[in-house]
Amino acid sequence: MSEAVAVPKTVTLEVFRYRPEEEVDPTFESFEIPYHPEWMILDALNYIKDDLDGTLSYRWACRMGVCGSCGMLANGRPVLTCATYLETLLPGPIRIEPLEGFPVIRDLVGDIGDFMGKLSEVKAWLIREEEKPVEEGEYLQTPSQLDDYKQYSMCINCMLCYSACPIYRLEPEFIGPAAIALAQRYNMDSRDEGAEQRMDVLSQHHGIWDCTLVGECSDVCPKDVDPAGAIQRYKVSATVDYFKSLLMPRSSS
Amino acid sequence: MNPKYRPYYPRWHRKLVPIFWWLRKRSYAAFMCRELTSIFVAYSAIMLVLLVLAMDRGDAAYGQMMDFLAIPVVVVAHVIVLLIVLFHTITWLNLAPMAIVVKLGDRKVPPAAILIGHYAAWLVSTVVVAWLLLWR
Repeated sequence: MSEAVAVPKTVTLEVFRYRPEEEVDPTFESFEIPYHPEWMILDALNYIKDDLDGTLSYRWACRMGVCGSCGMLANGRPVLTCATYLETLLPGPIRIEPLEGFPVIRDLVGDIGDFMGKLSEVKAWLIREEEKPVEEGEYLQTPSQLDDYKQYSMCINCMLCYSACPIYRLEPEFIGPAAIALAQRYNMDSRDEGAEQRMDVLSQHHGIWDCTLVGECSDVCPKDVDPAGAIQRYKVSATVDYFKSLLMPRSSS
Repeated sequence: MNPKYRPYYPRWHRKLVPIFWWLRKRSYAAFMCRELTSIFVAYSAIMLVLLVLAMDRGDAAYGQMMDFLAIPVVVVAHVIVLLIVLFHTITWLNLAPMAIVVKLGDRKVPPAAILIGHYAAWLVSTVVVAWLLLWR
């Protein structure tokens, strides 16, 4: 053993508690849990729920970074708790809070209804002007066309980007990073014909123009979607389209 | 017990955003610096317009403007403004590859090329302006 770093036996988690039937304001509760180097934050929370306090509420499902439900703040930074080792936050105490920007229902559970509404507002699905009959086969796409949007399709709706975005906190009407990135995912898909319908939502003030490019959304994204880039690219193309329609009003673009 | 609680009705907790939210993280503070320096970019643009207007009003007005600009305090202030505008320009240009993705045929132009293109355009325009002002 050449490493001299002492491995702690236990680590303290300061967990945000909000039990609306019991308390008016939220509090922090400390839990001392055994430390295992292979544990993620989620493992620690599951230990608390199983062995220390069964009333702790939080969301999780897949444990492998694809379902996007276990996003929380760890020491103030939005992370997927199933993909963040306790080791990276030592020596502690590690502060666990619900994602910022969403009203808290209980403990670490936020109300995500606003995001779900926005996701359907931007029509994040394939839109065709006329559906082709099934007998005619699939809509074909080249690898290069797939590359155009693939990055944006990696979004798992974990909402870490909303939590990192100060604009969303200050202006809750802002459509927000993930919803715009997902709208771009379909806008850039060669099979899609719905860009014009999405523009009604995206090009308004609370669409792309609320974004002032803080860039934190791309920084915290666990899937490297780069929502900030998606929004800036839409700003550029919306501006180009505007000037095109101004200079060449008769051309249909 | 929370006396305001009604069973089966959600009672959300909402956190207010503090005024100095942007001091909490280094990246937020860096963003605020970049945004605030745009005031000085606007100032430089207005200053340029004032210079052109003075030039239009004739030699006397232009000379008066030049005398004002030669006052040591004004010179120092404008050097500071220049540094701030440079900071704004560089941080802004560095963001360009994020917004501009160009495809040539099936291949994406690498972000570094977009960045170099922006800096090259800046350099060329600076040389042209310097040539107009200094050597012509």
